[in-house]
Formats: sequence, C-alpha cells, structure tokens
Amino acid sequence: MSSEAKKVLTQPIVDNNPIALQVLGICSALAVTSSMANALVMTLAVVLVTAFSNLFISIIRNHIPSSVRIIVQMAIIASLVIVVDQVLKAFSYQLSKELSVFVGLIITNCIVMGRAEAFAMKEKPGVSFWDGIGNGLGYGFILMTVAFFRELFGFGTLFGIEILPLIQNDGWYQANGLLVLPFSSFFIIGFIIWAIRQYKPEQVEKD
Amino acid sequence: MSSNKETFGKTVGFVFIVCLVCAALVSVSAIQLKPLQVENKLLDQQTKILEASGLLSKTDGSSKAIKATFAKLVEAKMIDLDSGDFIEGNPELFDERRNARDVTKSDKPKDDMAGINRRSKDAVVYLVRNDAGKVETVVLPIVGSGLWDLMYGYVGLEGDLNTVRSVVYSDHKETPGLGAEVMNPKWKALWPGKKIYNGAGKVKANLVKGGAKADDIHGVDALSGATLTSNGVTRTLQFWFGEEGYAPFIAKYRAGGVN
Repeated sequence: MSSEAKKVLTQPIVDNNPIALQVLGICSALAVTSSMANALVMTLAVVLVTAFSNLFISIIRNHIPSSVRIIVQMAIIASLVIVVDQVLKAFSYQLSKELSVFVGLIITNCIVMGRAEAFAMKEKPGVSFWDGIGNGLGYGFILMTVAFFRELFGFGTLFGIEILPLIQNDGWYQANGLLVLPFSSFFIIGFIIWAIRQYKPEQVEKD
Repeated sequence: MSSNKETFGKTVGFVFIVCLVCAALVSVSAIQLKPLQVENKLLDQQTKILEASGLLSKTDGSSKAIKATFAKLVEAKMIDLDSGDFIEGNPELFDERRNARDVTKSDKPKDDMAGINRRSKDAVVYLVRNDAGKVETVVLPIVGSGLWDLMYGYVGLEGDLNTVRSVVYSDHKETPGLGAEVMNPKWKALWPGKKIYNGAGKVKANLVKGGAKADDIHGVDALSGATLTSNGVTRTLQFWFGEEGYAPFIAKYRAGGVN
C-alpha cells in the first residue's frame, strides 16, 4: 500500500472525521446507534457503499458529462445500496428487519455523495477506493462510540450481552431512558467533537 | 476535451449505459438472492409460531431443528373469519398484509378497535399437535396498532381455546426500551395460563396499568412508560377474539373439535 493510500485511509478516522469535522451523515448516526450490533452492520454497509461508489465513479470520472454528474453518482450509489440491502436480507434477516429502512437511507447519507463529488471525481480509482474505506471507518468509529454509550447505559447491554443488570430483570441498574431515544446521540456526538478538538485544537473553527 | 464529452448525444448515451449497467447489477443480485431471502422469511415465521406454541424451547434452536419440528407437528389451515369454517386454499400462498390492501379480499371492520383499517376475510390458523397427534395448541395470528405502526404477532391457545400459552410479537416499530418491551421474555412470561374469555364468553384479556393483581386470571401488567402500546395490545386482543375476529372459529372449533 502506498503512503498516499495509507494517508487517505487513516486520516478520516480522527484528523478529518466525516462526522466530527466535516459534520456529514449526522442523521443516520442518530437512528442506528441504539445498539452496537446495528451500528456495526451499518458501518460495514457504509464502508462497502462508499468504497465501491468511489471506485466506480473514479474509474469513469473522465467520461462523466459534468451536466449530469450528480445524477450519475446517485444512480451508482443507489444501485450499490440496493445490492447491500439485498445481501443483508439474504444473510442476516434479523438485522435487516431492524435496519432495512436505514440501509435504504444510505443513499441520502451525505458522506457517500460528498466523497464521490469531492474526491473520486478527481483522483485515481485505487486511492479513491481507500478514501471510501477510510471515510466509512471514520463514520463507523463515531457510530460505534455513540452506540457503546447508548447501549450500555440505555439498555445495560453490549452487543446484546448483559453488562448492567436492569431493574426490570431483577438487577440493580435503572436504565437511562434518554439514551434509548435517537436524539440523545446529539449529546454524545457533541461530547466526542469536544474531546477530539481538545486533543487536536487545530480543528477548532476560527471565529 | 471537455467540450467533447458535453455533446447532447454523448451525454444521453453515457447516461443510458450507466443506467443499463446499474439495472443489470440490481436485477442480478435481487434474483440471485431471492431464494435465500424467501427461506429466511419463512424460517423467521416458523420460529415465531413455534415460540407461540411453546415448542421452540424444546428444539435446539437451529434452523434445521425448527424446520423439522414445524413440518412434523404444525398444520396450517385457512379459515373464513366470518363463518369460522375451514376453507380450501394454500396457506403458504396466503399473505395477510397483501389481502388487507385488496378490497375484494378484505372488508372494513364495523368496530375497528385494533386500528387495522381493513381486515382480510380469510386467515391462517396453525394447529400444533403433540407427538401422539392430538392438537395441543392453536396459534392465531394477530395484528393491531401500537403507538407508531401496526404490530404483528401470534397468540398460542391451549386446546380449550381460552387458556393462553403465549403471546409473541414478531414485527413492530415501538419505542426501544418502552413499547418494544413486548419482546422482553419477562413480560412474555406473564401470559401463560391467562384466560381470554370470562364465563359469559366476553373477551376479558387485557393489560392492567399499574400492575395486575396476583389473582387476576385475565390481566397482565401493562408495559411501564408505554401506555399507548399497552392499550394497543389490549385492543388488538379484544378485536381478534371478538365477533369480527376468531370468535366464530373458536365457537365452531369447540363444538366440533379438530383432531
């Protein structure tokens, strides 16, 4: 792997995180983070879609007429999302029952479109592919962190395994009802952005 | 060069090719994966029906064991809801959701307590036998509005068609941690042994806000923090075991028995 590929792969995780710095893809980060398992599957789906949409768009980037380029990108992204949804339905039915709506909404996830337009339209296929994987992982890093807190303190479990026994199951832990609801992710994402910017002050916007 | 790829003909041609390739990709994946998806769906349904009949815990939970138990002990039969009679028809092809949207195959309930808008005229019931071939459990599909959307599930009744064996929801969109607690095994464990009807044949099964009394043979605890979901479950039961639901079938079944 060349050093450039390594750079585009690792940079989006903290240095140029799509959610924390570019503030893209917030909507789905709220919806699918109530459990770690959902967040993991969503991460894999977004990694695959971003990587392959970047790859295909980059391959044909010199032939895409600029007047219809957004439509062409959409067509490719939408096709990939449908394929991912179909694969999920075939191999992981339980998860697809919970995630199906959100998988469909990957089409509208700004990260996929954003990377296609900002990166893949200019760069070579190989490096675009790695950029897609990197951004998907950056998205997944935030998703998994949010899901960790929401599932642990909202349900007392991690990946469905009981960590804090709930009162309703004869344990001692009173679940935090706020964390069960999607908008609680706003607070957690806010804290993550704050933590990253404490660690890397150069990310703070100038007034 | 850029002016080159901007001609009208080139643009249309390019878009056409992209669409063709994308369409091929989507079609191939949809058709190739179809058999697996159908199988998954069927397995999910069979798992829920076995759970409602109390047999799931007796299998090892593998897909093979579930299919084998289902094929051996469960018989699906079509009924006409108004008359309560068994009718001809292939239960495997029956789709309640599709029928409920078809005006020729569904009607508007007079008293739509469950909030389903249209009710399929036919239904599938599942007769679950023991190893000796006697019907031990009858599993009846139910559907009704919760807080956000329709909730689909199954009620397993013992041979008297009054005593509940279990209430199992299979598909719902209720709030996690609140309404979605209908999936909590602790709550499901409250159901076995409860009676749907009182001595006069009235539907009495319901969810009791604040907790059911220990000697309440019809009521189970409502879900805390989920009043609207709880009301939805109560109304769903009231509807499906009432005259517009399974009551005619239950009356005929009790009179004749099916073995």
